[in-house]
Amino acid sequence: MNKLPTILCLIAILGGTALLAFGNTTGAVPTYAVSLVGKYLCYAILALAVDLVWGFAGILSLGHAAFFALGGYAMGMYLMRQIGTRGVYGNPLLPDFMVFLNWKELPWYWTGFDNPMFAILVAMAAPGLIAFIFGWFAFRSRVSGVYLSIITQALTYALLLAFFRNDMGFGGNNGLTDFKDIFGFPLQSDAVRRALLIASALFLAACLLAARTIVTSRFGKVLIAVRDTESRTRFLGYRPERYKLFVFVVSAVMAGIGGALYVPQVGIINPSEFAPANSIEAVIWVAVGGRGTLVGAILGAILVNAGKTFFTGALPEFWLFALGALFILVTLLLPKGILGLFARREPPPAAMPAPEPAE
Amino acid sequence: MTSRTHADTILYLDGVSVSFDGFKALNALSLYMEKGEMRAVIGPNGAGKTTMMDVITGKTRPDEGKVVFGTNTDLTALDEPAIAALGIGRKFQKPTVFEPHTVWDNLLLALANDRRPRFTLWARQTGEERDRIEAILATIRLADQRHRQAGNLSHGQKQWLEIGMLLAQEPQLLLVDEPVAGMTDAETEQTAELLREINKTRSVVVVEHDMHFVRALGVKVTVLHEGSVLSEGTIDHVSNDPRVIEVYLGR
Amino acid sequence: MRPLLRLLTLLAALLAAPAWAQDDPFAGLAGSSFDDIRRGIETLATAAPPQAAATITALQQGALLAGPDAALYIKTQTGFLDARTGQPATPDVDALKSVRVNNSVRRAAEAAMGGLTLFAPDPTIRRSAAEAVLKSRDAAALPALARAIAAEQDPAIRTIMQQARAAATLASPDTSEPDRLAAVETLRARGDIESRAMLASLTNQSPAVIAAAATAVTAIDRMLQLWGLVQGIFYGLSLGSVLLLAAAGLAITFGVMGVINMAHGEMVMLGAYTTFVVQEVIRAHAPFLFEASLFIAVPLAFLVAGIVGIVIERGMLRFLYGRPLETLLATWGLSLVMQQTVRSIFGASNREVGTPAWMSGATQWGGITITYNRLVIIVFAFLVLAALMAALRYTALGLRMRAVTQNRRMAAAMGIRTPWVDALTFGLGSGVALSQIDNVSPNLGQGYIIDSFMVVVFGGVGNLWGTVVSALTLGIVNKFLEPLAGAVLGKITVLVLLILFIQRKPRGMFPIKGRAVEA
Repeated sequence: MNKLPTILCLIAILGGTALLAFGNTTGAVPTYAVSLVGKYLCYAILALAVDLVWGFAGILSLGHAAFFALGGYAMGMYLMRQIGTRGVYGNPLLPDFMVFLNWKELPWYWTGFDNPMFAILVAMAAPGLIAFIFGWFAFRSRVSGVYLSIITQALTYALLLAFFRNDMGFGGNNGLTDFKDIFGFPLQSDAVRRALLIASALFLAACLLAARTIVTSRFGKVLIAVRDTESRTRFLGYRPERYKLFVFVVSAVMAGIGGALYVPQVGIINPSEFAPANSIEAVIWVAVGGRGTLVGAILGAILVNAGKTFFTGALPEFWLFALGALFILVTLLLPKGILGLFARREPPPAAMPAPEPAE
Repeated sequence: MTSRTHADTILYLDGVSVSFDGFKALNALSLYMEKGEMRAVIGPNGAGKTTMMDVITGKTRPDEGKVVFGTNTDLTALDEPAIAALGIGRKFQKPTVFEPHTVWDNLLLALANDRRPRFTLWARQTGEERDRIEAILATIRLADQRHRQAGNLSHGQKQWLEIGMLLAQEPQLLLVDEPVAGMTDAETEQTAELLREINKTRSVVVVEHDMHFVRALGVKVTVLHEGSVLSEGTIDHVSNDPRVIEVYLGR
Repeated sequence: MRPLLRLLTLLAALLAAPAWAQDDPFAGLAGSSFDDIRRGIETLATAAPPQAAATITALQQGALLAGPDAALYIKTQTGFLDARTGQPATPDVDALKSVRVNNSVRRAAEAAMGGLTLFAPDPTIRRSAAEAVLKSRDAAALPALARAIAAEQDPAIRTIMQQARAAATLASPDTSEPDRLAAVETLRARGDIESRAMLASLTNQSPAVIAAAATAVTAIDRMLQLWGLVQGIFYGLSLGSVLLLAAAGLAITFGVMGVINMAHGEMVMLGAYTTFVVQEVIRAHAPFLFEASLFIAVPLAFLVAGIVGIVIERGMLRFLYGRPLETLLATWGLSLVMQQTVRSIFGASNREVGTPAWMSGATQWGGITITYNRLVIIVFAFLVLAALMAALRYTALGLRMRAVTQNRRMAAAMGIRTPWVDALTFGLGSGVALSQIDNVSPNLGQGYIIDSFMVVVFGGVGNLWGTVVSALTLGIVNKFLEPLAGAVLGKITVLVLLILFIQRKPRGMFPIKGRAVEA
């Protein structure tokens, strides 16, 4: 795998955010732009996670936004606990929505979320655990292809329905919002916004390096072999399900990190993040940038979301047309994405017709 | 079976039957192979040659019958990776190599090694591994192609690479499905030579249609028909067997 | 003839009423004491002349006025009516005084009303009167009921009257034990939730009656449970039929072409909007056709969705064969475009699709309610299914489709033009997405894709019978989980169960076996 795009990408991410943050301190860059770019970077982490499983293991997950949202909810729970008595009802123990539902005490699964480290741990562990359980079942029984895609979509759909329920204790329809502080600093302040942007950039860079390490290792080579010729790897003695499971869990954890960074920057997390459409959108970011390239996923996420911001502001009617057309055009005309345009061409295979299998 | 000692046995199939929706692909097939033997398996289309391979390598589970590897390992209870780990390698009818990887990486992945993710994740290429790959590259005559993507090799080169991958696995038993399909005469001759070379240290089952090739191998031949053994012996013996002649020419 | 009839009438009147009321059953109401009035009501109720009900109603509302010579008038907003004839009248207002009412009069009036309508000429009124008496368990209605039962011709209404009498018998303090035991049996035979409540709440009864009632309650419970089961199965079948209609097309396209059409839900939407447009046109130009609108809309919806399907296949999918995951993405993109297009044309809000009269309403069958729209959906689903099966089995296209499903390359080698088969298959698969006869909105299709794919997965690919069994099973399971776990949790449970099911049987309940699918 070529090193150059990765290096360029790292420079662009870290340099770009440093520049933005500095510009914000001088007043040249408005704070909303800082948060906007921070949001894009979180999406880029999600895209990276999707590319890791789709590009290198052939798992087209249509439920990755679920892992993102789970990470987001874990962070959101911490931020809810930070509100303290400043909620509308001023209840020192319970978040507003629980007071509203007449709950008397905090559900057991909310314990520990006062601690930010615990919340961050859960933001990674919860998606990882769900991915592990799901993947363990799915890969062991050799569910693959469109079947797998659809059941990942069913997974996020089930979570969507579950989180809509008030009695789940995650704020139901409205989700978690009205956050005040993070790590003791006011969430709305410019400095915190800048810090979140930089944190997003650093985590994105770390995820990119981690993903690259995985896919360029011997493990990654096996993974690619599994993607293209799964049965052959089995006859060589590899267990594809273990490779897929590992990378699926890593990818889910990554998506969880993305979600955890996303929530403080947008200020809300609600069940609509689980909507199947979100997961599929993340897939198209990867397709636009170039599947199986890692850097392409980041590029695609940022480009498509910048386009979305522009269109939904300027021509809201037009956005769904544009997004739909993007899906169709990229799959039809640009199967290797933008980075594919720059890829070095290998000479075509030497001519020798493959015989049809006789039996 | 016979009074032979188990130590001589590499593969032993007894009364193996497989049916797909009522069609009996294998019908009480019994087969016995000695350690170090090379065996050619021939038969008309639908005789059950590929299904037999599937059963031995764990891809298809037999409805009944025993499949024993070595002295007493029951293969019917194991899946493909476990069987591969025991030392049974398989080459497919249609060459299947890892197309996006280089020739070198294909061999690297095939080398006998720990197959678990926790090993491959941290594995670094050792000098010993390098030497083994070099040796195999020399054997399969692809040394100058080592950095090419496997997908860009010619059909014959892919067949050879796949045999090379089999060698890298260091199996005790190789199952080779139509290794010379689509090869030129010269390549066919080289392949026969290569298989004889391999057979010096390992047991080999070759499924083939090409009678010249089978004759060139000069080994014991098993003729399959409708899922069971029709005839067994030298190539001259089976080609004079009236039942074999009827199956091949009679209809 | 005539004298005989007169004699009979006279005889009947003689048997039914006290002698003094023979000529004027209204007279008692003009009496001065409460007792007179009460007896007057009873007399009137027993004689039941045409104006009796209106008169007693007026009495209850304090609008019955008595004049000189036992004249009776009903006060209306505009004037007065003669109570005996119902004709407008102009009495001397100063001479009128209200007919007085106390509690015993009021009770008599109520009982009389119940009893009166038991003799109404209109059977539906008689039926509801009987039901009302049954609910009120009024012992005072016993004599009236006895006469009504004797006179009733309609066996169904008579049964209800008998049940009402049973209820009243149990409520009355002075009936015999054998009568009561018989009454318990009658209510037990009725076997609905009300009879159960009556039997369960009996007080002041002999031990034998209590014991009989207890057995009856258990028996009714068992019956009710059974009927609940049947009702659940019926609901489940109707939901399953909707699923079947949505999934059949998906099963065909997935079976023949191996692609998942994520825009399949939008095909359902197109069909639904076609129905909407047809109805709008009919409303505007030919309202008399409204009842038949579905018969025009359904074939049109099939054509519209089918043609759109063929266009999609020719314009997009054929470039993506062999890349099922990309197909999934491209068709998803297409679904977004289709949704937005429909939103631009028809607006984002829900639009009303009317239900023809013959589809609304319900009928009672034993202990369950069968709503016509559910029944229609079930029948329709099976008609579509039959047509589809016939098309697959008996038409040239069907033969080719089955050939391509089993072995695409071989079919192509035999000279079957597989692209043509693909296009028509896709058209057919899209066309049969006809499941929605309800209000329409641009994103109605989104709800279908997961559900219908689950049906396909559960049933196994390339097997229409599998799809049928799977759709109906899922429908019924869904309906039975709903009351247990709530609608949302029920849905989640079904999803989780299905995810687990795929693990165990990745190829569905009815997989196609063989080497071809294992490759």
